[in-house]
Amino acid sequence: MLGFGILSGLLVLPLVGAAFILTLRGDSEAARTNARWIALVTTIVTFLLSLVAWSRFDASSSAFQLVESHAWLTDTIRFKLGVDGFSMPFILLTTFLMPFCIVASWRSIEHRVKEYFVAFLVLEMTMIGVFAALDLVLFYLFFEAGLIPMFLIIGIWGGKRRIYASFKFFLYTLLGSVLMLLAIMAMYWNAGTTDIPTLLKFKFAANLQIWLWLAFFASFAVKMPMWPVHTWLPDAHVEAPTAGSVILAAILLKMGGYGFIRVSLPMFPDASIYFAPLVYSLSVVAIIYTSLVAMVQEDMKKLIAYSSVAHMGFVTMGLFSMNPQGIQGAMFQMVSHGLVSGALFLCVGVVYDRLHTREISAYGGLVERMPLYAVAFMIFTMANVGLPGTSGFIGEFLTLIGAFRANSWVAFFAASGVILSAAYALWLYRRVVYGPLTKPSLQTMTDLNGRELLTLVPLVLLVIYYGVQPGPILDTFAAPTNALMQGYQAALETVKTAAVAAH
Amino acid sequence: MYHAIVFLPLVGFLIAGIFGRIIGPRPSEIVTTALLIVVAVLSWVSFIQVGFGDGATRIQVAQWMSVGDLQVDWAFRIDTLTAMMLVVVNTVSALVHLYSIGYMHEDPHRSRFFAYLSLFTFAMLMLVTSDNLAQMFFGWEGVGLASYLLIGFWYHKDSANSAAMKAFIVNRVGDFGFVLGICLVFVLFNSIAFDQIFPRVADLANNRFHFIGFDWNALTLACLLLFMGAMGKSAQFLLHTWLPDAMEGPTPVSALIHAATMVTAGVFMVARLSPLFEYAPAALTVVTVIGAITAFFAATVGLVQNDIKRVIAYSTCSQLGYMFVGLGVGAYGAGVFHLFTHAFFKALLFLGAGSVIHAMHHEQDIRSMGGLRRYIPFTTAMMAIGTLALTGFPFTAGYYSKDAIIEAAFASHSAAGNFAFLATVIAALMTSFYSWRLFFMTFEGQARWADTHHHHASTHEGAEHDESGHDIGPAAHANHDDHGHGVHRPHESPLVMLVPLALLAFGALVAGAVFHDAFLGHGAEEFWKGALFTRPENHILEEMHHIPGWVPYVPTVMMALGFVLAYYMYIVDNKQPARLAADHPILYRFLLNKWYFDEIYDAIFVRPAIRLGRFLWRTGDQKIIDGLGPDGVSARVLDVTRGVVRIQTGYVYHYAFAMLIGVAALVSFYLFRGTH
Repeated sequence: MLGFGILSGLLVLPLVGAAFILTLRGDSEAARTNARWIALVTTIVTFLLSLVAWSRFDASSSAFQLVESHAWLTDTIRFKLGVDGFSMPFILLTTFLMPFCIVASWRSIEHRVKEYFVAFLVLEMTMIGVFAALDLVLFYLFFEAGLIPMFLIIGIWGGKRRIYASFKFFLYTLLGSVLMLLAIMAMYWNAGTTDIPTLLKFKFAANLQIWLWLAFFASFAVKMPMWPVHTWLPDAHVEAPTAGSVILAAILLKMGGYGFIRVSLPMFPDASIYFAPLVYSLSVVAIIYTSLVAMVQEDMKKLIAYSSVAHMGFVTMGLFSMNPQGIQGAMFQMVSHGLVSGALFLCVGVVYDRLHTREISAYGGLVERMPLYAVAFMIFTMANVGLPGTSGFIGEFLTLIGAFRANSWVAFFAASGVILSAAYALWLYRRVVYGPLTKPSLQTMTDLNGRELLTLVPLVLLVIYYGVQPGPILDTFAAPTNALMQGYQAALETVKTAAVAAH
Repeated sequence: MYHAIVFLPLVGFLIAGIFGRIIGPRPSEIVTTALLIVVAVLSWVSFIQVGFGDGATRIQVAQWMSVGDLQVDWAFRIDTLTAMMLVVVNTVSALVHLYSIGYMHEDPHRSRFFAYLSLFTFAMLMLVTSDNLAQMFFGWEGVGLASYLLIGFWYHKDSANSAAMKAFIVNRVGDFGFVLGICLVFVLFNSIAFDQIFPRVADLANNRFHFIGFDWNALTLACLLLFMGAMGKSAQFLLHTWLPDAMEGPTPVSALIHAATMVTAGVFMVARLSPLFEYAPAALTVVTVIGAITAFFAATVGLVQNDIKRVIAYSTCSQLGYMFVGLGVGAYGAGVFHLFTHAFFKALLFLGAGSVIHAMHHEQDIRSMGGLRRYIPFTTAMMAIGTLALTGFPFTAGYYSKDAIIEAAFASHSAAGNFAFLATVIAALMTSFYSWRLFFMTFEGQARWADTHHHHASTHEGAEHDESGHDIGPAAHANHDDHGHGVHRPHESPLVMLVPLALLAFGALVAGAVFHDAFLGHGAEEFWKGALFTRPENHILEEMHHIPGWVPYVPTVMMALGFVLAYYMYIVDNKQPARLAADHPILYRFLLNKWYFDEIYDAIFVRPAIRLGRFLWRTGDQKIIDGLGPDGVSARVLDVTRGVVRIQTGYVYHYAFAMLIGVAALVSFYLFRGTH
């Protein structure tokens, strides 16, 4: 197992691209163009390589595949990479969305262009790392390291209140990561390894599980973000440049959910059952609370950011319902939300590039000047609302079924999100796109150009394709979900036995 | 064949929607309309095959999703009920497509309009052919989307945008129940495919289910939740508020979506799920009562409305209530038969109203009409046929279907049935009154339009003419100005609009007589072939033949009474209505303001939700969470770090530093462990 495999290749490629960009001299227009092209080519090649990985991946197996392991810190803490059905789709999602981000930043980034693309490529590397890591320390390293480039992207290329936003981001994530680090240490102490496949089989004492679960929860809940630690997200989104928002919503938020499915649920099954009611409550509150808040937003990005929090509520609810519909639905919801929210932020970026404001009240009647844009925005709005036939529906529907099987109260409250999401999404659409075109600043708006079409059309097609044929993604989740469920059956049995014994 | 029926409208939508801007409006119109005519012909073929032959079948198209036990397919379930719906949907849709060529001929966005119409038709077809609840929900939401797009078709108008949003959101309130109902059905049956559910309903008839703190009969709960969806889509009492507002859309849309097809989806759903509802008698009682209240309530509001389309909209609402009464008392055939006949005469009335509006150059207020019979005789005749059929004049379509429902309500001998009988009989009187009121005010008496035309501009359909000229723009009347000294004289519509009227009028006259026996009579058993399920102890159709002799005459008497009353008040003594309104100001305003439902909902749902949202944002997020969390902490941190480091780089530096500490701690921890 000495050779470097395809996953290492995915990690190294973006770094190579970044190195190339760093060798560019000066800040001339030519250097900027070169930086853009290098970034684009790098991300496309990375995407192609991930497709190769996908083709070698066997979705019917729940085992880790494409595994590679190299000596690293010690004998037990190794540089170990591998993917299973839970992580593979997220690696693809990451590599797929990166070229769109590069293209979306093509003209909107004017200063420090080289550094910007370097940050993005490093970010890509760390995100792939999170999904491919098979060692907890490595996982932690990527999980935390990814924040630095994101941080820089918000702090340097962000909007007016970027300092405040990045500070908030910092405070929240710091708290979580310190606790997670402690938990990893405790696990190492207990199990003698940080190797994820080994830990998945290791059974932690029920008491210890509770503490470990809480420590990881602190980190993942912030990342998700779950209510009430969500307030960094709207600010971060608002201040980040368009591509930063896309990555934030589409990939970085998914790390929390991925953490739950990779660490919390399988490794601490007893604690997960114990804490499920807490997660349900927070999810339901998130769905209703943030939907209501989204309804009264005056800033387009903030509105979408709050709607993201609500959608992530469906994810956590589905994950902890602990049945196949809930878990697979939640995983699908994450992928779908990655596409849809990414696309929505791209849509905001389109008009922001033209008018340099995100105030909803500055728009109105855009359909008159931008019919193509109106169509794309409508499709993504409907996907956000969860209209059947778009990918948004599948996740929402499955998580609701899962929640209903677990606890009908949860499903009852979560289903009200169906109404509220329609309210805030259509209200946004109406104020921006419909109505008479009266504002003078909008009279010269131009419709989507070729570059923007290139970014939005593939997303439109995918959102509809996965709405009608979700199989390719859903089926990938099936094998590991079954494996996870078996672990749960065992845990539930012990809970029942304990309950019987108590009586 | 069924692939063609369902997917050709989709093809039309894609052609008109994607290439409409390139190929121009005329080819879009021709392609979509031609496809729909083909589909309509095929539907009749299949209707005869399935209804009067042996063509019921299931056609698998593809798999949708498969998660654990949950298997969902894209598939067509073809039985008599589906075939009947195919006929209704495609016939009306084809005629509306044709009619719209004339009605919309001045609108620059015709491609878009026809694309939406075809999209709607496709979604509706997916709904009626669905073989499982999820696909039904796909169609259900798809028609909702199309309805949203078409109501808001004239996106310049604020009122149209509001109405579109309202329609979508109110429907979503119903969908809230629908989705939970699907979840419950899945939990109970471990499947959401009709083939899997229906045979096992009887076994579960007495199951209990614990839901939101109460212990329910499982099937009753499932049916009630699903019926909530039906209430939204079919604009039943409490969730009806969107339908009258939906009249902001172009009139052909009102005819197709908000009269003949989409709003009957709820009726279709209950009929389709008759095996479930049959074992949930409590839910059927609710269906009956809600239907009866709607029939009565909508009719009272219809009495005083002055907008020609709104009167017909309330009439639709009321007639949908009748259908639910039919279903609720167990006479599914009667409810569905009324759905079938209603599609013809209500589409006829709406398209006729469109022809009137077209003739009056966007005037919709019947107080500004009158005497139109002399100018548009053909439209007048068609509207008369529609009105006769709606009010149940002997041997027209409504006579067979509506009266059957009233008789079934009487025959059910239950408390809910008696209530429904009373409500529907009174509603029949009011239906007749407001229909003839509309007719007399529009077509008879003095012409009131010459001088008032321009004062009502703000209420007209598509009235906000801008440079792009929506609806039938001012240019359309130019031709007619020469024979009317500057005043627009009403003019008969073009042939392309009149032909659909004539065909629908034909349907409104004969559909009842021709199909009565098959839907309700002795041929019902062979016709439905089990598509509508009734329990062995449900003898309602039998008992309808044994009701007292006076009952069948009651609706007809009511119809005649309503006509006489309307004739007296609007022809003989036309001061009477104003006097009546002045004598009962509170009642009049109560009805005119539609029982104040919009105001009440606004006060108890809409505004509190927005206030709550604002409170949660400003106080919850910003004051409490941020104040106690990051802002509070950062304020302290800032105090410490101020002056030490430059703020702009400080945070990144801090962050990296914190991480370094973490890594250092980790490494030292391992070293420490390694040495021991």
